[in-house]
Amino acid sequence: MAPFAAPFLLLQAIGRGIRQKAGRILEMMRRIYLDNNATTPVLPEVLDAMRPYFGEHFGNASSIHHHGQETRAAVERARDSVASLLGCRASEIVFTSGGTESDNLAISGLTSEGDHVITSSIEHHAVLNACRHLEKMGCDVTYVLVDSRGLVGPDDVRRALRPNTRLISIMTANNETGVLQPVEEIGRIAAEADVYFHTDAVQAAAKVRIDVKKIGCDALSISGHKMHAPQGVGALYVRKGTQLQPLFHGGQHERSRRAGTENVPGIVALGKAAELAMQGFERGEDEKMSALRDRLQRGILAQVEEAAVNGEGAPRVPNTSNIYFDHIEGESMVISLDLKGLAVSTGAACSSGAIEPSHVLMAMGLRTDRARASIRFSLGKQNTAEDVDFALALVPEAVARLRELSPV
Amino acid sequence: MFRPTTIAVAMSGGVDSSTVAAILRAEGHNVIGLTMQLWNQRRLAGREGMPEQVTGRCCSLDDVYDARRVAEHIGIPYYVVNHEERFERDVVRPFVAEYLSGRTPIPCSLCNNHLKFDQLLTVAQQIGADCVATGHYARVEYNDAGGRWLLKRPADRSKDQTYFLFGLTQEQLSRTLFPLGGMTKPEVRERAREHGLALAEKPDSQEICFVPGGDYKRFIDAYLAERGEALPDTAGELVTASGEVIGEHPGIHNFTVGQRKGLGVATGSPLYVIQINGADKQVVVGGDAHLYSRTLHARRVNLIAMDDLREPMRVSVKIRHRHEAAPAVLEKIDADEVLVTFDQPQRAITPGQAAVFYDGDSVVGGAWIT
Repeated sequence: MAPFAAPFLLLQAIGRGIRQKAGRILEMMRRIYLDNNATTPVLPEVLDAMRPYFGEHFGNASSIHHHGQETRAAVERARDSVASLLGCRASEIVFTSGGTESDNLAISGLTSEGDHVITSSIEHHAVLNACRHLEKMGCDVTYVLVDSRGLVGPDDVRRALRPNTRLISIMTANNETGVLQPVEEIGRIAAEADVYFHTDAVQAAAKVRIDVKKIGCDALSISGHKMHAPQGVGALYVRKGTQLQPLFHGGQHERSRRAGTENVPGIVALGKAAELAMQGFERGEDEKMSALRDRLQRGILAQVEEAAVNGEGAPRVPNTSNIYFDHIEGESMVISLDLKGLAVSTGAACSSGAIEPSHVLMAMGLRTDRARASIRFSLGKQNTAEDVDFALALVPEAVARLRELSPV
Repeated sequence: MFRPTTIAVAMSGGVDSSTVAAILRAEGHNVIGLTMQLWNQRRLAGREGMPEQVTGRCCSLDDVYDARRVAEHIGIPYYVVNHEERFERDVVRPFVAEYLSGRTPIPCSLCNNHLKFDQLLTVAQQIGADCVATGHYARVEYNDAGGRWLLKRPADRSKDQTYFLFGLTQEQLSRTLFPLGGMTKPEVRERAREHGLALAEKPDSQEICFVPGGDYKRFIDAYLAERGEALPDTAGELVTASGEVIGEHPGIHNFTVGQRKGLGVATGSPLYVIQINGADKQVVVGGDAHLYSRTLHARRVNLIAMDDLREPMRVSVKIRHRHEAAPAVLEKIDADEVLVTFDQPQRAITPGQAAVFYDGDSVVGGAWIT
């Protein structure tokens, strides 16, 4: 090393120290968010679209005066957009508070005591616990298993049918693995057996093209905040002519299917997000997303040994990659990465915020230690190639550190 | 010169650990708050004999909420880490098994050995922390002469928790901070107020964290029922010290040495449990005088102040948390067994509890009473 290099390096180190210190104080740390299956940021266009409905256009959409007419029109425009995204008529869209309400509305609203319901062991808790509630209310529920790729077998669904089966509820895409389920085949089975088919499409909407006619479903749930609209809004597609018992009793909003004054800003945002999603498909953004995800996945697998993709070999939504890293504790990995500015997730958080091994990965037959060692990376429209590079710079190093300190 | 380090603070949601986090943060360290989720309080709620509503203190959502609020208030990252499996394996199951074998366990020591200073320390190191700080009242010092980390009693003797910490290894002690070791409880509350912690007046918790209301018998029943395991039949005879059968008892896990109530026999003078024979399910009773003994044997020895007991040593020995350490001679009688001979006989030496040896303020080590 040249003699003058040492003081220079020292200055550099001091500079780095100051920058680090300043970063801590000002919270200037670079933060990259790759947990878009948990929630997504509201896109600027969406925020712009909804903003006037907090103040300028504040009317109750049920009012007969000018203010009401203004917001009513906005709600119906949003309904058109959401209907276009799903390939249905506007009158078949019911706005709700989100995915959980949509799932509960469909499951409770299409069944009654003594019915049999078929669902899967990898559903979101909004569906699983709605079904457990049905069991308490006098229904029978069959939870079909999945294969090692996380796929529900249509034949298993067919075999589970009983004379009193009223409803099949199988998700379109799984939230943890991103695996797309064979919903069209299941739709045909439901139609042949003349039972209702509901699908939780919360993780599929705006990521893959959805056509309720092709799926052949009677009900389909979506959630605003998983597709760059805000938290607190969602929708349920209900096929025309379907008798649905409401969850809430009140006014005649949403054609008496969902009482309660409409969340107009949220609904407008959902409509805008639906439009942006359709434009995105036209521009091939889903393929770009898929390429970005593959770059992340390949980059990680190239640098880290004893790691593999959960759900490998199954069709997946373009934004999700769930990877297990043997000999690590996923919880420590998520915390380590968060402390370095990268947000990813593992398993499902329980009420305290502690992480429990994923019921989805366990249902796929993963060993408990592997389920615990699995990390979900999920991209959003805001993510760039630089974000993926940031993750690629941090993840292999974090895995190496954790493996070095692994007690096992 | 001050050197900031990265410290993981084990935050329970109580005053002590919250104050530790606030103090270390104010000193300029990089502090990461961690709460261990050890037991799901709802698991046994509503089972026969167990409360419907969850009011247990440790791991309750209220405590996590409190810890999270403190972390937010002082501006540190905060995470809840799930160690329910290890806690059940290393603390709850041994706790149940000990009672069913006629011993009286100390779950807090097991939790310290296996969870707080083992699992949590591992997580802390994995996420980049150099050490773990807790709200225990104890002190850790490095002794240059002996080349060992020492565990010492705290300034606030009334809060001394060294009894529960005797199992810490040198490696664990070297990565542990007890910032409250030099403070009294009122001082800690004062510091909490200075740092604006809303929970400065929160009452202390006393009971075993996973046993709501402190009723361990009901806990054992409910736990075994939940696991689908039958409560082993440990009913047997109630006998006197001379071997005379004077009655029957419903199961040895209902008794602990020194217990007076609930024996179900009426006699002229007060009777106490003086011994529990797990093997033949006998509960031995006798008068107060029978409770006193000058010696005890203990196994699974952990030494802190030295690496081996080469010759008999004068120490003072605590045989339960609330016991005044009594002068005794400590000697090694086997590779992993010690004999303690007290100067004066001690009351109710209880198998399953720990014997912790002190040399002045310093913890020499400890072992489990057999």
